[in-house]
Amino acid sequence: MTAAAKKVSLLDRYGEHAGQDAIDQLRQLATLLDGLKVVHVNSTRQGGGVAEILEKLVPLMQELGLDASWEVIEGNEDFYTCTKSFHNALQGKSLRIPEALLREYEAVNIRNAEKMRGVLEEADVVFIHDPQPAPLLGHCPQRRGKWIWRCHIDLSHPHRPVWKYLRKFILGYDASIFSLDAFAQPMPHPVFLIPPSIDPLSEKNLPLEPAAVRKVFEGFGIDPDRPTILQVSRFDRFKDPLGVIQAYQLATQFVPSLQLILAGGGAADDPEGEVVLREVREAAEGDPDIHVLSSGHYSDRTINALQTGADIVLQKSLKEGFGLTVTEAMWKGKPVIGGDTGGIRLQLLNHRTGFLVDSPEGAAMRIRYLLFERHRIRQIGDNARELVRQSFLITRHLREYLTLMVALTHGNEDRIELG
Amino acid sequence: MVDFAIKDCALAILATGRRAQTLRELRDILRDVHPGCIYHHFWGTLLRPQFVDREYNNDFATWCHHNLHDNKAAERLAVIDPVDHPDLEDLRQELLEVIDERLDETELMLFARADQQFHFARSVIVVFDTHRRITDPREFAEVLPELSVGSIFYHFIDSRRREPVGVDDFRAWLTGLGPQYDDLCDSLAEVEPYFESLFLLRERLARLFSEYFAPVPVGKVGGGSK
Repeated sequence: MTAAAKKVSLLDRYGEHAGQDAIDQLRQLATLLDGLKVVHVNSTRQGGGVAEILEKLVPLMQELGLDASWEVIEGNEDFYTCTKSFHNALQGKSLRIPEALLREYEAVNIRNAEKMRGVLEEADVVFIHDPQPAPLLGHCPQRRGKWIWRCHIDLSHPHRPVWKYLRKFILGYDASIFSLDAFAQPMPHPVFLIPPSIDPLSEKNLPLEPAAVRKVFEGFGIDPDRPTILQVSRFDRFKDPLGVIQAYQLATQFVPSLQLILAGGGAADDPEGEVVLREVREAAEGDPDIHVLSSGHYSDRTINALQTGADIVLQKSLKEGFGLTVTEAMWKGKPVIGGDTGGIRLQLLNHRTGFLVDSPEGAAMRIRYLLFERHRIRQIGDNARELVRQSFLITRHLREYLTLMVALTHGNEDRIELG
Repeated sequence: MVDFAIKDCALAILATGRRAQTLRELRDILRDVHPGCIYHHFWGTLLRPQFVDREYNNDFATWCHHNLHDNKAAERLAVIDPVDHPDLEDLRQELLEVIDERLDETELMLFARADQQFHFARSVIVVFDTHRRITDPREFAEVLPELSVGSIFYHFIDSRRREPVGVDDFRAWLTGLGPQYDDLCDSLAEVEPYFESLFLLRERLARLFSEYFAPVPVGKVGGGSK
């Protein structure tokens, strides 16, 4: 197969999931941007949601005829300690970052600017992802393109001193992008809203054979033939794992064969996470049908199998950013019972694509309803998958990036009509 | 005869940073908010994620119902048809009158939860030519299912604001072809643009054209010019 044929196949593969009409629209929109030099900059090539998106977004842009590339800044331990603190502070954690770490953050950006300046100053559009590379703009005085700061973080209640420090690096951008209106911060430039998305071709989301799903369940000692509810999330109070156990306990009074899986990552570097995990274990003690999977990092394929094999997925968060685990479960055709908060509200429509709840009792009631009216599991699950297909796949994300670039490069009118 | 030029469109949504938590705040912001916000919350919302059917035809009414729990305000705002207003400023005045009337008659000051405020947004609409042309209305039956929902939005919804007569592009074009398609135009006029997703709207329009131009079974009388 030629390289060109391989390239075409990526868009076509997405077409199988998103629909050919969506792909045709991307192709037509991209003709308005043919040859545009676009550079994405973030802080890691592998791992994390941003890298996962760029892994696919950049080749898709290239296939559509844009001259897209992806640069990664290089930092040291102090730099990453600092940017991790930024991340926590921007999500609301009150903390103080030592001056020395802030100076290192700025120095790392200066060093990276030296290396990347040529590429960045030549670009027509530069997307800077998250706070790590934000100061690069100030070190590219000869830039000729539009610079956009893309924030993937929930900035709804940032720790103000840290946001005040970072904001000064962002004010000079031509535009910024936030995932939800609730996250957007006032800026002197246009602030665009682009929700995140999932990748239907990733290991997390590809369809699995029933035998592979059974194998994963059996590997954890879970009976694949009994009704199962699942929550995938960190052991964090905002994800309310204790509320999930309470909902399960209320539901088992009516559905004694019910099983619960709580699957989350390790909590080694998170002292509060360890406390929550201990409380979860105590609450689950003595019930062999509660499976707390917390021993480390499960592969994307394992999480995929758990989501695929569960009858109902919960995301009973008390506070949530967008809630991509909800999107992933919906894509697998699962009804999701989620907390009435954040981006979960955009995805779950009561009785149509899932249920929004405010209490363990509410979650228990919806679990009982779905397990009693089992045909509704299929109906709501089908609706949920269709909503994700229409609105939350990476192809929609790409379309919105293309639209934004057309808008920025063709003036700032409310209506742009192009031949 | 002029060909029907199929266009497509996409929206880029912009936050304004302005938020309302009560009906009074909604009114106060509406007084001077960018007119693009009025367009966005009436028309642009139809191109955003939605599922199956919508209860209300604009975001203001939806917010009053779901977040403020003021159903009277929601119902009165929902009945506003933007097509009845020659421009966005006129539409703004109508919105303000409806809200003021509601504020005058109620003693309650209803608050939305802090995390359920109304966020004013506006949108940039990018319209582009697909370079696809229709020369005969019969072609629509086959072409419509292949169009993006952006095209459906542009020709069936956005057109109502563009055209001086406030109709969809299909009717505007068919009318120009002569009176033989009047009954098809009547059928198109009956299709509600606000209450279902663009995906379902596309299916409905395709079905309408397909049935209109379907071959008439032997022995039956009727059908279009067809």
